[in-house]
Amino acid sequence: MKEFAPAPDSASIVSVTDSVKPVALGMGVISAHFLGHRAAFVGGEENVALVDSQGEISKVAVHSGGILSAACDGKRLVMGGDDGKVVALDAKGEVTLLATDPKRRWIDAVALHADGAFAWSAGKFAFVKSGKQEEKSIEVPSTVGGLAFAPKGLRLAIAHYNGATLWFPNMAATAEFLPWAGSHLGVTFSPDNKFLVTTMHEAALHGWRLADNRHMRMTGYPGRVRSMSWSAGGKALATSGADAVILWPFASKDGPMGKEPAMLAPLQARVSVVACHPRNDIFAAGYSDGTVLMVRLEDGAEILVRRNGTPPVAALAWNAKGTLLAFADEDGDGGLLEL
Amino acid sequence: MSEATSQKIPVTVLTGYLGAGKTTLLNRILSENHGKKYAVIVNEFGEIGIDNDLIIGADEEVFEMNNGCICCTVRGDLVRIMDGLMKRKGKFDAIIVETTGLADPAPVAQTFFVDEDVQKNARLDAVVTVADAKWLSDRLKDAPEAKNQIAFADVIVLNKTDLVTKGELAEVEARIRAINPYAKLHRTERCSVALADVLDRGAFDLDRILDIEPDFLNADDHDHDHDHHHHGHDHHHHHGHGLKHYHDEDMQSLSLKSDKPLDPNVFMPWLQNLVQVEGGKILRSKGILAFHDDDDRYVFQGVHMMLEGNHQRKWQDGEPRESRLVFIGRELPEEAIRTGFESCIVS
Repeated sequence: MKEFAPAPDSASIVSVTDSVKPVALGMGVISAHFLGHRAAFVGGEENVALVDSQGEISKVAVHSGGILSAACDGKRLVMGGDDGKVVALDAKGEVTLLATDPKRRWIDAVALHADGAFAWSAGKFAFVKSGKQEEKSIEVPSTVGGLAFAPKGLRLAIAHYNGATLWFPNMAATAEFLPWAGSHLGVTFSPDNKFLVTTMHEAALHGWRLADNRHMRMTGYPGRVRSMSWSAGGKALATSGADAVILWPFASKDGPMGKEPAMLAPLQARVSVVACHPRNDIFAAGYSDGTVLMVRLEDGAEILVRRNGTPPVAALAWNAKGTLLAFADEDGDGGLLEL
Repeated sequence: MSEATSQKIPVTVLTGYLGAGKTTLLNRILSENHGKKYAVIVNEFGEIGIDNDLIIGADEEVFEMNNGCICCTVRGDLVRIMDGLMKRKGKFDAIIVETTGLADPAPVAQTFFVDEDVQKNARLDAVVTVADAKWLSDRLKDAPEAKNQIAFADVIVLNKTDLVTKGELAEVEARIRAINPYAKLHRTERCSVALADVLDRGAFDLDRILDIEPDFLNADDHDHDHDHHHHGHDHHHHHGHGLKHYHDEDMQSLSLKSDKPLDPNVFMPWLQNLVQVEGGKILRSKGILAFHDDDDRYVFQGVHMMLEGNHQRKWQDGEPRESRLVFIGRELPEEAIRTGFESCIVS
């Protein structure tokens, strides 16, 4: 790697590092969420750490092994593990077993729907459980890379090798296949339901405009994109994978087709995770050197939340009101910032 | 070995045709008292009897990379599994990837060179091929996968030697050597090979490329004892090393040597171009190079189109500054390679 250059100059950047409440989680962390009024840090193995605004930590055992996937709607945190289980954690800290894979295969991906339905995948199969209905499943051509529910209707996007499959679990019709060569891992719908975007094994995103399945190639990243976040109202998609946050414009009906992305908050470190503020045009970005910044979309103005010099930032999350920011690095050194 | 390399988790790829004894070897590795914990990635989850805490079922999904290089394939499932396993760092010391008898080892190996995240955390240690002494000769005739697995191997465990005559054993060894004379070959019954001979080999570690010699020339485990126990029909009396020479029609190794220095400005583009054009045919390549006006040994190794190389160490006093290269592959254009190599020699 490159030699590291000086940290953002404290004279020229506003810093709120003094306002951060440090949280020592004492475990590797893969993602952060807000569950009720508490921050929920998902560990790499076994536990979720719930942290209240005072910084009080309570750990809850959720899996008997590695935790591979997590999705949260603020009321429920659903996770999949290498123990073959799908579990949910609620705001009170209670754990519910939602499903067990009969062959104890890894639960590679999970997704949550606004109406309470949830989805998970094991190998080439994706499953959906909605209300009291029997679970439904679909087999795709290769192992599922990622899952996402559409914002409208009970429709699931399944990313896999050579494309994505769009499936209405409650309809008899054949699932729709959106082809694009390569291995597709993460997947997300735009909040207006018009676009589907996947992260690829290659350092690229791929998108489809769902009205006509037109392709959108979003390339140029130096590394694989592992984190995507829609800005408030879905005007832009912020992504990791480069030495700056790459924001693709989605405000027009053509999305990013034929447009250049914005590049904000460049540092001499790779962006590892991004999280857009739920209401305002602000995002938080975590970097491979441990830096956390808050950035205004309009002009790229930066505020330093956490200094560099640690392992990569692995988790970032805003609460629903956008008044609290939670973050942690890979080794579980975290913090909470109240705005 | 650099600090970074030694901290990466070693990965042993265990391959071999159906019934050769892979599972026996795997169970030996796992049950022996070595104080190490292994994560084992197996195919056909749950169908073979392996007793280990961390067993992960794999699907052997071979993915093409979108980089315009057709032989650049990786195991998509392995990328995903490695990612998941890294969340449990500290729970195991090494990884063993078992492949089916029908699998091509190349995508497995390439996964460890192409994928940025996999490469950061793990290093390929060696490809170990278990071969059945009784049936391998037949499989080499009718199953291209078996040939691939022999050609690709760093270590060959020639198993079930108790089920063949000395003559049959000599024949199967000669057939192996016709394809891959460089792999370490161990003759075993019930895979009773010393684990140090299959694990921690550093076969892809540039720092550990010491010499490039056919295994039977420097093998000290070779049986020079001309058979006194005559098996019924073993009337072939081989002399010298007792090896019959076979020529395999489509898979062979090609070795190049020069005691005159090479011009790096000619050699590097030639090698790059060679693997670009012929990389589909070249399974493995390896070299120790003496460049003109350069006091350091340069070493490289490659899998299909993928090459990595570096200066290794100073040439020692009295050490002959020789360049040696070996290519193992299918239908290698021998004349073109030889001519190309010769044009790199500083005259």
